[in-house]
Amino acid sequence: MSLGIERPASSEPEQGSSIGGSTRFVPGQSHDRITVVNGKVQLGQRLKDLWINRDLLMLLVRTELKVKYKDSALGYAWSMLNPALVLSIYYVVFKIIARNHQPNFAIWLFAGLLVWNLFNGSSLGATSVVVGKAGIVKKVAFPRELLALSVVGVNIVLFAIQVVVLVLAMLLFGITPSWQFVAILPLAMVALLMFTGALSIFLSAVNVYLRDTQHLTEVLLMAWFWGTSIVYTYGQIFLSGDDKHHPSLDWIQYVYLVNPITPIVMTFQRAIYGKTQYSYLSPGQPAGTKPTIYHVLPTWGVGAYAGLLGMVLIVSLGLFMLALIVFGRLEGNFAEEL
Amino acid sequence: MAVAIEVTDISKQFRLYNEKHTSLKERVIHGGKMPFTPFWALRDVNVEINQGETFGILGRNGCGKSTLLKCVAGILKPTTGEIKVRGTLAAMLELGAGFQPDLSGRDNIYLNGSLLGLSRADITKRFDDIVAFAELEDFIDNQVKFYSSGMYVRLGFAVAVNVEPDVLLVDEVLAVGDAAFQRKCLDHVKKFQREGRTIVVVSHGADTIRQNCARAMVMNHGQVITVDEPGEAIRVYLADLLGVGTLEGSESGGIAGNVLHIGAVMVDHSGSGIRGHMNSGEALTITAEVDSLAPVPNGMATIAIHDDENELVFASDPDDPACAIEVPEGGGIVKFFFPDVPLLDGTYSVSVGVRSDTETAIYDWKDQVTKFEVANPGRATGRVRLPLDVSFQLRSTGTTGEVPAVGAEFAPLALPGWEGSPA
Repeated sequence: MSLGIERPASSEPEQGSSIGGSTRFVPGQSHDRITVVNGKVQLGQRLKDLWINRDLLMLLVRTELKVKYKDSALGYAWSMLNPALVLSIYYVVFKIIARNHQPNFAIWLFAGLLVWNLFNGSSLGATSVVVGKAGIVKKVAFPRELLALSVVGVNIVLFAIQVVVLVLAMLLFGITPSWQFVAILPLAMVALLMFTGALSIFLSAVNVYLRDTQHLTEVLLMAWFWGTSIVYTYGQIFLSGDDKHHPSLDWIQYVYLVNPITPIVMTFQRAIYGKTQYSYLSPGQPAGTKPTIYHVLPTWGVGAYAGLLGMVLIVSLGLFMLALIVFGRLEGNFAEEL
Repeated sequence: MAVAIEVTDISKQFRLYNEKHTSLKERVIHGGKMPFTPFWALRDVNVEINQGETFGILGRNGCGKSTLLKCVAGILKPTTGEIKVRGTLAAMLELGAGFQPDLSGRDNIYLNGSLLGLSRADITKRFDDIVAFAELEDFIDNQVKFYSSGMYVRLGFAVAVNVEPDVLLVDEVLAVGDAAFQRKCLDHVKKFQREGRTIVVVSHGADTIRQNCARAMVMNHGQVITVDEPGEAIRVYLADLLGVGTLEGSESGGIAGNVLHIGAVMVDHSGSGIRGHMNSGEALTITAEVDSLAPVPNGMATIAIHDDENELVFASDPDDPACAIEVPEGGGIVKFFFPDVPLLDGTYSVSVGVRSDTETAIYDWKDQVTKFEVANPGRATGRVRLPLDVSFQLRSTGTTGEVPAVGAEFAPLALPGWEGSPA
């Protein structure tokens, strides 16, 4: 039976838009395009709809910033209170109480926390975002992944502000970054955003069905933080005095290396902190004693770091697609569950 | 004509849990088991809605009409089946959904417009129209949390209709704002109809459907009962809602829904058979033949008159004891007599029905079965000839017949009975 819908035999999914059937008004686009709503998840379509709705994503980010920080300089300064406090606590605990002798320890901390704050803030924020915006989710059709991604977007803005503070601090303390590693920071950033986005999308959907995901995420993220070399150094775990990796790794060290945040944090530290080692002579040693060399990061070249980041990026891309599929599956009943 | 919305074998299952575990902790404690009863909110729904058509969906609460609308909009995903929508779509399920109270009206227009699928440039282009439509020129930079509820829904409606979609889904939101704004909304819906856009209205108000729709679908328990022209659909809906469905539990349970039938409905007035039309102010008699298989002692005759724009002009009082009729087995003739019809020019349609006095059952309802035409011999215009008496009186007291002097304009207005009273 002819239904009067002409559609090219070749490519049905390309014809219309079908993220949960949300049809977007696209100026200039044919008004004859067909939207298909069914129980299936079409990944290509979801990606396309995300791209079509980038305006909405920007607007959601801007809205959130406006609501939270009232669009004022003081508002944004306020948003820096929390990261500043965290930084000072770790500094006091490790530098002053635990007598860490690493020079410019604050910059080392800052480089790692920069990455962590973006990852942590996005994952935690995104977990509750779909539940928090139930009003829109229940009544308006749009790609709901955007809600999770908008949280990432807000955290990118906060990240940018922290970068400005960091640059000012580096100028103040006269610290030179290592420029050849700064050059691969964009790659690290893309990998970080892809991974963070994937996790955010996944958590935002799961939390609709299991509302304690929020609390679980908090605890897991804390464990994750201590499992990443931010307040301590990679060298403390893996490197012996002569910058060689320990000949045999424990299983726990393999687990450690699976953490995709680790290479990203290490790249940031390598670029910003600029050094892979420092020497330290503890006071009270007899004269003529050679200062001990401490390795904080492996002395690999840019290629090795970039290679690791590339691997993280590829895995993250896969996870992002997977997150979209899982989200698509769970999204079908959001309106009912909320 | 092309099909705008094609719904094929749509079913939607909801799970009614005896006890719902919304946290991982509870799931683990209960071993991951969550007993549920499947509930089919939609069951094998098939319907085709043509382009440019205004289509109504009628049904009582919980019949699945809103679920269907949400599936078409893509807010819910069907369990099985497929829906194809041709062209752009906007759903008005709740006005102002997604408004951020802390943002200004201006920011909210952008946010809401984007959520409904407009690009930034598009919203900028329509911004002034939206503000003008919502009548919020003076408040557009105020935070939405300070808006009155009327202003809130007006803004929501203004954004939604200015999206100008090919397909508009409306869920009983037309009744917003004051009378003037409602008129404006209806005008906008009519404009959409003229422009050939497809509109799907979900309602449990028969009048909304009758006045706006070309076709209507009646749903019950997630299934399509009928798809028909509005009059017939409303009859089925009323029978379903107030008749068969509720009769089972009522005391008159012995009477089935098809005990009584209304046959021919005739119009009789001074012009019948000669001029074809009646004059304004004359008497009108409407007779309806009623066949009855069993005695109906508690009948209530009802009549409704609609004008040629399908607006309801008159519907009889459901509690009026004068409308009570007692129909013996076999039936008879019901006579409706209007001694003085104050209607002005126009063609009016007549609907008649018989229901039980407790409003639990509609025995039969003939929707707009016959028409009559009214011509107005005078030059008054409008819908109704209101009894009018005009008299003239001078403003000042005591000086009958004289033109009031300059300055007398400020004299106090004469009160009734003032003139004759002693100074």
